Amino acid sequence: MSQENTEETQATETTETFEPKIMAFVCNWCTYAGADLAGTSRMEYRPNVRIIKLPCTGRIDPLFIIKAFENGADGVLVSGCHPGDCHYTAGNYHAKRRWIAFRSLMEFTGIDTRRLQFSWISASEALKWVDLINNVTDEIKALGPFMDFKNLKG
Amino acid sequence: MEKALREKARELLTTGEANVIIGYEWNRRKTRATPAFITKADEVDRLIFNPLCVNNLSIYLTRKNKDILRMGKPAIVAKGCDIKNIVVLISEGQVKREDVVIIGMSCNGVVYKQGLWKGELRPEIMPVKCHNCDVRNPHLTDFVIGDHIDFTPPETPRGMVFDKIAALDAKTPGERWSFWLEEFSRCIKCYACRQACSLCYCERCITEKNVPQWIETSAHQRGNIAWNLVRAMHLAGRCTFCGECERSCPANIKLNLVNQKLVLTVKDAFDFKSGYDEKIHPPMIVFSPDDTENFIK
Repeated sequence: MSQENTEETQATETTETFEPKIMAFVCNWCTYAGADLAGTSRMEYRPNVRIIKLPCTGRIDPLFIIKAFENGADGVLVSGCHPGDCHYTAGNYHAKRRWIAFRSLMEFTGIDTRRLQFSWISASEALKWVDLINNVTDEIKALGPFMDFKNLKG
Repeated sequence: MEKALREKARELLTTGEANVIIGYEWNRRKTRATPAFITKADEVDRLIFNPLCVNNLSIYLTRKNKDILRMGKPAIVAKGCDIKNIVVLISEGQVKREDVVIIGMSCNGVVYKQGLWKGELRPEIMPVKCHNCDVRNPHLTDFVIGDHIDFTPPETPRGMVFDKIAALDAKTPGERWSFWLEEFSRCIKCYACRQACSLCYCERCITEKNVPQWIETSAHQRGNIAWNLVRAMHLAGRCTFCGECERSCPANIKLNLVNQKLVLTVKDAFDFKSGYDEKIHPPMIVFSPDDTENFIK
C-alpha cells in the first residue's frame, strides 16, 4: 500500500497535475480562528494547505520551518495576529524580529523565499485567509515541487 | 607587556582578588599558545601574551565548564574581541560583572591560525576581524595591560568574509544553495563549532534533544543543513564574529559567512551590534513596535 502511494506521488509530481504540500503554522487566536470562520462560512479554498495550530506566533521556532521543508513541504506559510493584537501582548513582535533574521538567513542559504510566506490574519479576516491560500498555492504550483530539499540523498 | 601581565596576575592571586587566572601559556614545544589556568602566585611566569594567543578564553566563564567555575573567582586575560563575548554573557545574565576580573590586553591583532606564524605578524595572516577591529584598546576592563594603540578601522568593514558575502548575495538562489550544500556536506557533526563558542552555553543543546529528534545527528545533508542553520539562527544578534567556530572547524566550513551575514542583517534591521554594552539586552529577546519589514503580507 505504502509502496503504491510513493509511486503515485512521484508520478503526480512529475506531471502537470502537481499538487503542492503547504504547511501553515498559525496562531490559535487569530489566524486559526480566521480559518475556522472561513470554514463555518462555507468558503472554498485550495485543499493543499496543512494547518498546524500553535498558541502564538512567538512559539514558532525557525526549526519548525526547516523541519517542514525536510519532511517534504513545498511551501511554508506562517501567520498570526496583526501587530498589537497578540493575545499574549507581544508574542508576534518577538516573532517578527525572529523572522526578519531567519528570512535573511534562508535567503542567504539559497532557499527560494517565495516558498516561505508570512502574513498577519485576524479572526475576522476569513476572506484574506482564503485569498492567501489560493494565491500561495497557485504561486507554489507554478514553481513546482521543492526539489532542493527532496533531492538530498538518504 | 608580559611582565606587566605577570605582575598583575601575581598581585591578584596574592591579594586573593582572584583565585584563578585564565590566560595563555606555551605548549611544551613552545610552538603554540594554549589556555592556562594559574592558581598559585609562583606559577604566574607561565603566562604569555603574543599574536599566537588566538583562543577566545571567555568560554571558560560559561556553565559549560563547571570544573573551572569551581576553581573560584576567575581573572581572565582577554583581548578586545574576547571582551565582546564577555559583554554578551553579562547582558544575558550568564556572568555577573563583579564575579569576574577582566585583564584587558591591548592587541595589535592575532594570527588566523597558529600554524601560519613565522615569527612576525603580517597583515596576510591576520583574520578579517583584526583588520576591522575597533576594540584594540579593550572596552570593558578592570585593568588594561599594554600601551594605547592608534588604529582606526575602515568605515565600512572590509575583507574576504565581506567580499564573499557580497559575491554570494549577487548570485542566484540556486547557486547559493549549491554552494552551501557543498560546504555543509563536509560537516561531520563533531560540534567543535558549538564547543568553541562561548555563546553556545546551553547545557542541553537542541541537537541532543531526541524526543522528537529535531536535528538528525548522522552526518547527513538534511541534518547538516538543519544543524548549521539553526546554530547560526541561535546566534543571531549575539554573535560577535570572534571566528572561533570557523577556526575550530576540522572541515573548514565557512561558518563566518553565515554568522557575519546575520550580524549584518541585525545591524541593518535593528541597528544593533553585539558585544559593546553589557546593559543593553540582545535584540532577539526584546522588540520594538517600530520594527519594519517588507515581506509580511
